[in-house]
Amino acid sequence: MEETLKIIVLVKHVPDAQFDRHLTGAANTVDRSESILSELDEYALEAALQLSEARGGEAAGNKVIALSMGPAGAVNAVKKSLQIGASEGVHLSDEALAGSDAAATSLALAAAIRHLGADAPADLILTGMASTDGETSLVPAQLAERLGLPQVTFAASLELDAGKLTARRDGDTHADTIEADLPAVVSVTDQINDPRYPNFKGIMAAKKKTITTLSLADIGVDAAQVGKSGSWTAVETAEVRPPRTAGTIITDEGDAGIQLVEFLAAQKLL
Amino acid sequence: MAKVLVFIDNPGRALKKSSLELLTIARSLGEPAVAFNGELHDDAAAALAEYGVQALYRPSAADLDDYLVGPKASYLAAAVQASGATVVLTENSAEGKEIAARLSIKLGAGVITDVVAVDPDGTAHKSVLAGSYTTTAKATTPVAVLTVKANSITPEPAVSGTAPETVTIEVPETATAASARITARNEKPASGRPDLTEARIVVAGGRGVDGNFGPLEELADALGAAIGASRAATDAGWIGHDAQVGQTGKTVSPQLYISAGISGAIQQKAGMQTAKVIVAVNKDAESPVFEIADFGVVGDLFQVLPQATAEIKKRKG
Repeated sequence: MEETLKIIVLVKHVPDAQFDRHLTGAANTVDRSESILSELDEYALEAALQLSEARGGEAAGNKVIALSMGPAGAVNAVKKSLQIGASEGVHLSDEALAGSDAAATSLALAAAIRHLGADAPADLILTGMASTDGETSLVPAQLAERLGLPQVTFAASLELDAGKLTARRDGDTHADTIEADLPAVVSVTDQINDPRYPNFKGIMAAKKKTITTLSLADIGVDAAQVGKSGSWTAVETAEVRPPRTAGTIITDEGDAGIQLVEFLAAQKLL
Repeated sequence: MAKVLVFIDNPGRALKKSSLELLTIARSLGEPAVAFNGELHDDAAAALAEYGVQALYRPSAADLDDYLVGPKASYLAAAVQASGATVVLTENSAEGKEIAARLSIKLGAGVITDVVAVDPDGTAHKSVLAGSYTTTAKATTPVAVLTVKANSITPEPAVSGTAPETVTIEVPETATAASARITARNEKPASGRPDLTEARIVVAGGRGVDGNFGPLEELADALGAAIGASRAATDAGWIGHDAQVGQTGKTVSPQLYISAGISGAIQQKAGMQTAKVIVAVNKDAESPVFEIADFGVVGDLFQVLPQATAEIKKRKG
């Protein structure tokens, strides 16, 4: 049996992608009023739970810590993670964080991860393949760079053994086997597992679990290093893209394939 | 004049169209230089000269491809310093974005992803929230790193060519220390079709193809198109996950997107609604895809697609 694991899973509270989403305010930030735990982060949490459970779970001393950075509402992403099975939750929240770009976000998260590793460093930092709102996929790599750790992104499988990880990555032209020393930052795809749903037992158990709230002062970050002032990029303008409108719709009466080609020819697409 | 450094990872025998696009954008912003990794073949070198590249950088190490991202970012950071570049352009692939991410921390440089156009003053244009907004953004740092989507502009060679010298950049010995290693690589069989994210035309199938992509492949080959799929089709195992278009797959902006047997739920729409022209074929007249299609056929794709393929072949002779 190997030693126990301490895994930090980054979870984000994002606007539900099933509905229309909006930018708001002078800085054109995302409207977070109708938000949920990012669907893609559930795969990271499931991967963490499976690794922990394979080593005897929480009872054997393994820890899965769900960490979310965001305004007050983001605590709901942490609560949901605890219901699904994370052993403890951490909410990094500070007014000065609003409007942080990927660079400022990675700075704050790196400081929070160091803070959480003060007694014993985390073995693994797990994330989803992207946030479903920002969609830049920058934070895992920036975080790895700031922490001086190897990164393995888009893992479609993940195994840990003797201080080393092995992952599979499926590219367009090839599939790679990757190895890295722990600790490492790993992002997982939606192909890696089938995330579990919280059950009644999990929901009841979550009520007894601890959620720690951290401020910037707690993690030793100055307000000027984050938010708009700490960001290295600024959104200058934002416009709603005019919605697409329906064009010609025909019902096939035996020659629709030919009409389709005529349409393509008229559009000079052949 | 601003120096603009373009990163080209493994240029190959001939430069990809996306690389030529980066070079064209670089020229519009200032004096273009290229940092490449891997071998530089004569044809690729000739293309770089034709596109007005003023300086070429190559890494001192030949094993950067054995690692994920980290050492390439270290090399590129050293090349930025050597060249004095204030703008760095990379392709918008997953790896391109990750190299940009690590590079940005090394340089303290702002990075903007998914860029579709850059103004001469460095303002980048992109769409966000799955194509529902278009925004402009700017790096507020001395160096800007931009990852540019394929098919953003038409590549154009320079008015007068150049004869750039190649300078070798020392890759720091520490570059590989904290990096993940690629220990095995299995090549997938080549389809012979264009890359999905770069293709001018995409033919995509969903639940309605019912396991048979044959008619879509024949249409795609008649049009020189790439094959895409909805999540329903990839989850069913009818086609590889790398063909998935949508929120959790690839985002494509081709000239023409032909959607066959896909209902067009918001998850799929997120990946293709910035296509120039959308054609949809679906049995169900109530499918949401018809709300955004420029030309829609309510009908059986197994009838409509083969008829269209035959007609295209007839017209093309």
